[in-house]
Amino acid sequence: MNNFKEKAVILSAEEIKRIIYRLTHQILENNSSVGEIALIGIQTRGAYLAKRVQAIVKEIEGVELPLGVLDITLYRDDLTAVDSNPTVKETQLDFDINGKIVVLIDDVLFTGRTIRAALDEIMDFGRPQKVELLVLIDRGHRELPIRADFVGKNIPTSTQETVKVCLEEVDGKDEVVIGEKI
Amino acid sequence: MRKSNATIAWRRKDLLDIESLSREEIELILATAESFKEVSRREIKKVPALRGKTLVNLFYEPSTRTRVSFEVAAKRLSLDVINIASETSSVKKGETLIDTGKNIEALKVDIIVVRHNYSGAAAMLARSLRVSVVNAGDGWHEHPTQALLDIFTLKEKLGAIKGLKVSIIGDIAHSRVARSNIWGLLKLGASVKVCAPKILIPAAIEEMGVTVTESLDEAIADADAVNVLRMQFERDSQDAFPKQLEYFKNFGITEERLAKLSKKIVIMHPGPINRGIEMSSAVADGPHSVILEQVTNGIAVRMAVLFLVAQANEYINPTKHFSNPKGENKV
Amino acid sequence: MKNLLLKNGRVIDPANNIDEVCDILVTGGKIAKVSKGIKDNADETIDATGKIIMPGIVDMHVHLREPGREDKETIATGTRAALRGGVTTMLAMPNTLCAIDCAERVRLLKDIIARTAFANVLISAAITKERCGKELTDIRKLKEEGITAISDDGSSVDSQKLMLEALIAAKKEKLTVTCHCEDISLTNNGVVNLGLTSTRLGLRGISKESEFKRVGRDIELAASANAPIHIAHVSCSESVQIIANAKQKGIRVTAETAPHYISLSEEAVFGYDTNFKMNPPLRAKADVEAIKQALRANIIDVIASDHAPHTENEKEIEFDRAEFGVIGMETELAVSITELIQAGILTWPQLVAKLTTKPAQILGINKGTLSVGADADIAIVNPEQDWLVKKEELISKSKNSPFLGRTLKGVVEYTIYLGNIAYKKTAKQ
Repeated sequence: MNNFKEKAVILSAEEIKRIIYRLTHQILENNSSVGEIALIGIQTRGAYLAKRVQAIVKEIEGVELPLGVLDITLYRDDLTAVDSNPTVKETQLDFDINGKIVVLIDDVLFTGRTIRAALDEIMDFGRPQKVELLVLIDRGHRELPIRADFVGKNIPTSTQETVKVCLEEVDGKDEVVIGEKI
Repeated sequence: MRKSNATIAWRRKDLLDIESLSREEIELILATAESFKEVSRREIKKVPALRGKTLVNLFYEPSTRTRVSFEVAAKRLSLDVINIASETSSVKKGETLIDTGKNIEALKVDIIVVRHNYSGAAAMLARSLRVSVVNAGDGWHEHPTQALLDIFTLKEKLGAIKGLKVSIIGDIAHSRVARSNIWGLLKLGASVKVCAPKILIPAAIEEMGVTVTESLDEAIADADAVNVLRMQFERDSQDAFPKQLEYFKNFGITEERLAKLSKKIVIMHPGPINRGIEMSSAVADGPHSVILEQVTNGIAVRMAVLFLVAQANEYINPTKHFSNPKGENKV
Repeated sequence: MKNLLLKNGRVIDPANNIDEVCDILVTGGKIAKVSKGIKDNADETIDATGKIIMPGIVDMHVHLREPGREDKETIATGTRAALRGGVTTMLAMPNTLCAIDCAERVRLLKDIIARTAFANVLISAAITKERCGKELTDIRKLKEEGITAISDDGSSVDSQKLMLEALIAAKKEKLTVTCHCEDISLTNNGVVNLGLTSTRLGLRGISKESEFKRVGRDIELAASANAPIHIAHVSCSESVQIIANAKQKGIRVTAETAPHYISLSEEAVFGYDTNFKMNPPLRAKADVEAIKQALRANIIDVIASDHAPHTENEKEIEFDRAEFGVIGMETELAVSITELIQAGILTWPQLVAKLTTKPAQILGINKGTLSVGADADIAIVNPEQDWLVKKEELISKSKNSPFLGRTLKGVVEYTIYLGNIAYKKTAKQ
């Protein structure tokens, strides 16, 4: 994003790592039967977060949870964003989600519209037992009745501000910054 | 299959040809198609992306496979589809193409997919209308979605287009499939050879950047893939045309010819095949043939095209009265 | 009749080798004086400072469509369009409905001209009856009716025998023979130049052979008949070469090209815009260059518009189905200035000669000059002013111009026909 003016670093790499560990523990704590859990990350950064959660679960429980990736572009409620041209990325859900406890994972929870789209898409794949939501950042300003079950950090923001999550896998480093559009 | 890296935005309301597309635009369509391919593997093979929009298949030439392919692609994107064939339209009553287009536009449709026997018809329609126009074949000019699905299939089979040697065999002169394939393959860095009897080679084709041969063995000798065109013997032609048997003898692909090759070759055909004319049945059904995969890939490619043009037209001619300016984080 | 005094213009009259700033006095519809500092009283004085004063253009190739296709153009609308372009004399081609191929039809046309024309319209009759190439018209009788030339324009006379007879008869009657050179068997139903363009667009191509083979044949026939011949709308370098060779051999051949062949090449067709569909088709860039050089070298003698009006119904359709031809009288001078004067290909006197003196000479008419005593047919041109060609400002009944949206240099400010101001540029144009 070229039109982004950084204001402050909110989370460092170390903090992000700790938060993901905590959130993974919370998932396991919340759901007694690990075998029923499936992880679904929202493209792009949610997918990488989900992958990290999967690795931690493997480390703790020795179980490899099913992992899926959702691209919600085709389920959006607006075909064109104001100033972006979303590229359609692939959805990969190669396991049966019927009866699963789906933990939906995204980087930032904002208006809730992305989650609405993701829920619609998940329902087109089957009937999970339950869907839980995990986000790294909740920045408020919901436009739909959606709330997260697992929140890394609540960050009060103004609507002018933007929260940018950087992850090693895509951005070369782990960091969460708050800034403004210019 | 290597994942395409598309970095640019699609900003055309229409898809009229391959010639005017940049390499990046072609790659964007292919990358988008890769994502759409997954939708057809779902149990519910439908996404709401273009829900509430309407597509008209306006076909002035009989066509089943292209029309059905567009229809399936459209329905998987939740488009409503209306089919108009020239036999049942006001075309027979003398209405001009532009008038027909404007009448369809007045029905508030969003996309017109047009197949026409005159070259340039899609361009003419696109120029006169605000709705998106997708060329499903105009005269001898271009058939862009066919080339895109051919290239998509090649990429799926062989990994990358750059550096590939592709031969196009058959009636080059009258083939829109040939023209679109030539442009697309050249733009993506393949080398292209065309092979046909002299009377079916159009003027100055080498200036497009292809080589020409009249020998089928030469055309397939070191090719990675061949695209075999349909010979339209039923076409009411004023030009000289080879006889069917003579054509098969000189230009038909047979197992015997393939057996002489040192490597495996991918064989494509836009269909419908004339078995025993363009290729033997054994070849059409054999291990080299990717003909049915082409058909499957056609859906994903056409979904990608419909999605991209609809999205671009929304951008160029916004219909919404509200927007979501706050959605910049994840929209 | 009013007296007119044109002051301080750059008077260009190639017939008299004049190119100098001076005045012109017009009285009684004739040129009365051409000299510096004319002091005579006049009813109206036009200050032509900075302007070019030239003879009215003699356009020896136009289609006015009347009688029969008044929906495309009429003598009235065509001549008014002509005046806007500085054209005061034009040769109307006979491919009307019906073709001008007999005395009665010439009389009918003469009557329409007498009643409705705003400028001088000369008549070209057909070479063969109904322009079918089967039977010669009565050329002697047509001459008696006052025609100026014969042509089957739109078609070529395929029969060598008929063509030869026509050349001989026309020579006897002192009629110009204008040849539309096209071997239809080589045209192959084409609609654009044969080559990469036709291949890219998926359209049938018209070979250059279809033109230059026929140019060659017609010139040979003229040579054997020892008769003059005029080649219409030359579009390709091969034709130029054949004409050059013939001229060198002393064969009495003259040739014309049209403004679109010096300004547009085949690439213009890439959007399938039917305003670029004409016959012969737009050719390669090298041909455009060859045509320009041929004008400079006097291999091509004349620029004529080949003004060919068609209705929107006939143009706003699929490229294959659209009519051939473009309008041109309103833009021919400006296109010539833009492409030939600006580019330094021709000098002003050379250009003016190709638009006036030369065609008048070929047609054997007493026009295209500012000689004292000649008809006062004059164009006053602002050579520096740019203008945008707009559909809504075209006077021609049809709007099929390939120059729509183009900015051209050189604006006709006044056109004087027989001593009267027949056209005056309005402020908004």
